[in-house]
Amino acid sequence: MPEKPKIGFYWCASCGGCEESVVDLAEDIVMVADAVDIVFWPVAMDFKRADVEAMEDGSILATMVNGAIRTSEQEEMAELIRRKSKIVIAYGSCAHMGGIPSLANEFSRTQIMEFMYQESPSVVNPDKTRPMTSVKHNSFNVTLPEIRNLVRTLDQVIEVDYYLPGCPPTPKLLKDAVLTLLSGKLPPKGTVLSPDEALCDQCARKDTKPSDLSFKHFYRPHAVLLDSTKCLLSQGVVCMGPATRAGCEALCISANMPCSGCFGPTSRVRDQGAKMLSSLCSNIDPKDEDGIDAVLEDIPDPVGTFYRYGLASSLLRKKITEDM
Amino acid sequence: MPEKNIKSNYEPKIVAFFCNWCTYTAADLAGVSRLKYAPNVRVIRIMCSGRVDPQFILQAFASGADGVLIGGCHPGDCHYAEGNYKMLRRFRLLKRMLKDLGIADERLRLEWISASEGEKVKLVINEMVEQVKALGPLAIPQHLKNINEELKHFPGEEIREEEMAHA
Ligand code: SF4
Ligand code: SF4
Ligand code: FES
Repeated sequence: MPEKPKIGFYWCASCGGCEESVVDLAEDIVMVADAVDIVFWPVAMDFKRADVEAMEDGSILATMVNGAIRTSEQEEMAELIRRKSKIVIAYGSCAHMGGIPSLANEFSRTQIMEFMYQESPSVVNPDKTRPMTSVKHNSFNVTLPEIRNLVRTLDQVIEVDYYLPGCPPTPKLLKDAVLTLLSGKLPPKGTVLSPDEALCDQCARKDTKPSDLSFKHFYRPHAVLLDSTKCLLSQGVVCMGPATRAGCEALCISANMPCSGCFGPTSRVRDQGAKMLSSLCSNIDPKDEDGIDAVLEDIPDPVGTFYRYGLASSLLRKKITEDM
Repeated sequence: MPEKNIKSNYEPKIVAFFCNWCTYTAADLAGVSRLKYAPNVRVIRIMCSGRVDPQFILQAFASGADGVLIGGCHPGDCHYAEGNYKMLRRFRLLKRMLKDLGIADERLRLEWISASEGEKVKLVINEMVEQVKALGPLAIPQHLKNINEELKHFPGEEIREEEMAHA
C-alpha cells in the first residue's frame, strides 16, 4: 500500500476556534483520518518541535496554520513548517488577515505592556515586573519568546500557498480543501479557497436589498428589532456582506446577525475596510457636513467595525505611533 | 516615527486627485496664468471626485505620500450629479478613521475648486504644503521597514520595495 499523504495542523496567535472547526468535521473526520496521516497537531496529539525538526524537508504534503504571528517563537515555527511542508495553508481569519488579534496593531507594544502589566485595574505589580526574554534562575538561563512590535499575517513572515478564510473556516470549506489537495488538481498559488464573489450574492435576503439605500441612522443589532426576512443593510444595520467574500453560506445572516467580515475581501478588493467604508458612506442620506457627521456618529469605532478581522492585512497595517 | 527630527530641507510629497471638470482645469489655468505654487504636488486626473476610492487614498499614504488632496466641483455642480456628495461622505468618516490610525487631520484635505478658481488652487496647495511640512514626514514605508527589521527574514521585502519604487 502506498504511503498516505502527510498533513499537519499548527496554531499561533489564535483562540482555539480554528482547532474546534477541524473537530466540527464530525463524521467526515474519519474520512480525512482514513485518507491522510496526521503527522503534527499539537492541540490534539503529543508532538514536540523536535519531532518536526526530525522530519525530512518537504515531507509533509500540507500544513494548515491558524493564528496570527505575534511572537518570535511563532515566527520560527512558521519557518520550520514552511521547510517541512510542500504546501502551507493559512487557516482562518488570523493567519489569513491578522484576525481579531491584529486589532492590537492600534497600540504600540509599549502601550500594551504598560496596560497589561501595570495600568489594568485588576493588576497589582508594585515591583513593575515585565516579561523578559531571558532570566537567570538558580544556575539556569530561562528564556521566553519575544513579543514582536507588530501582529502579522502568516504571509507577512513566510510564503503561503493557499488561504482558507473564516473565523473559523466552515467544515465544508475544510473538507473541500482536503479533497482538492488529495485530488492533486491544485489551484494557482495564492488562491483563497472560497468562491470569489460577494457574500450578498449568496445571501438568502439578497432580493430584499434595495439598489438605492439611503441611511439616516445606523443601528447596532441588539438595539433594534430586526425583521428576519429583510436585508440587514436595508434595516440600517452595518452588514459587511457587500465587501466580504462568499463561502460561509451566510451563517451570521441566518442567525439574524449582520456579517462582520470574517471571510475577507474578494480578489478585486485590496482593502476590505476602505471598500466597506466607501460603499456605506456613499449611501448616507444627508448632503451637508453636519448632517453627514450626525449619521456617522452611529459608527463610533470605524477601525474595529471595518477591519475587525484584517487590520494586519490592510493597506496601513497599524496605527502610526511615535514608539513604533 | 521620524516626525521629530524634521530635516530643514524636507519637502513633503502630496498626492492630489483632481476632478477633470473643475479642479484639474483650474490647476491648468493656474499654470497658464503663471501663478506660482509649491512643486510638491503630484496630480492625478480623475473624471469626478466621486471616483476617488478610499483605497486610493490609503494606497497613497502606504506608498509614502505625506498628504493627500482631493479637488472636486462645488456642491450642485458635479457633472455626475452626486459624485462630490459621495466623496464628502466618505471623506468625513475616512478622516475620523485615519485619526484613529495616527494620521493627522491636515494630511487629508478635500476642497471644492471650480474651473475658474486658479487662484484657489494656488492658495490651497501652498497652505497644505506648509501645514504638512510643519508635521514632518509621514514616511509609512520607512516606518514599516524599521519595524520589519525585527523579523529574521522578510519574504515580502521585495514586494514592498517595488511598491515604494512606485511612490
Ligand atoms: S447586506 Fe447583508 S443581509 Fe443584505 S444581502 Fe448583503 S449579506 Fe445579505
Ligand atoms: S456572515 Fe460574515 S462574519 Fe458571519 S461567518 Fe459569514 S463571512 Fe464570517
Ligand atoms: S464631476 Fe467634478 S466632482 Fe463630480
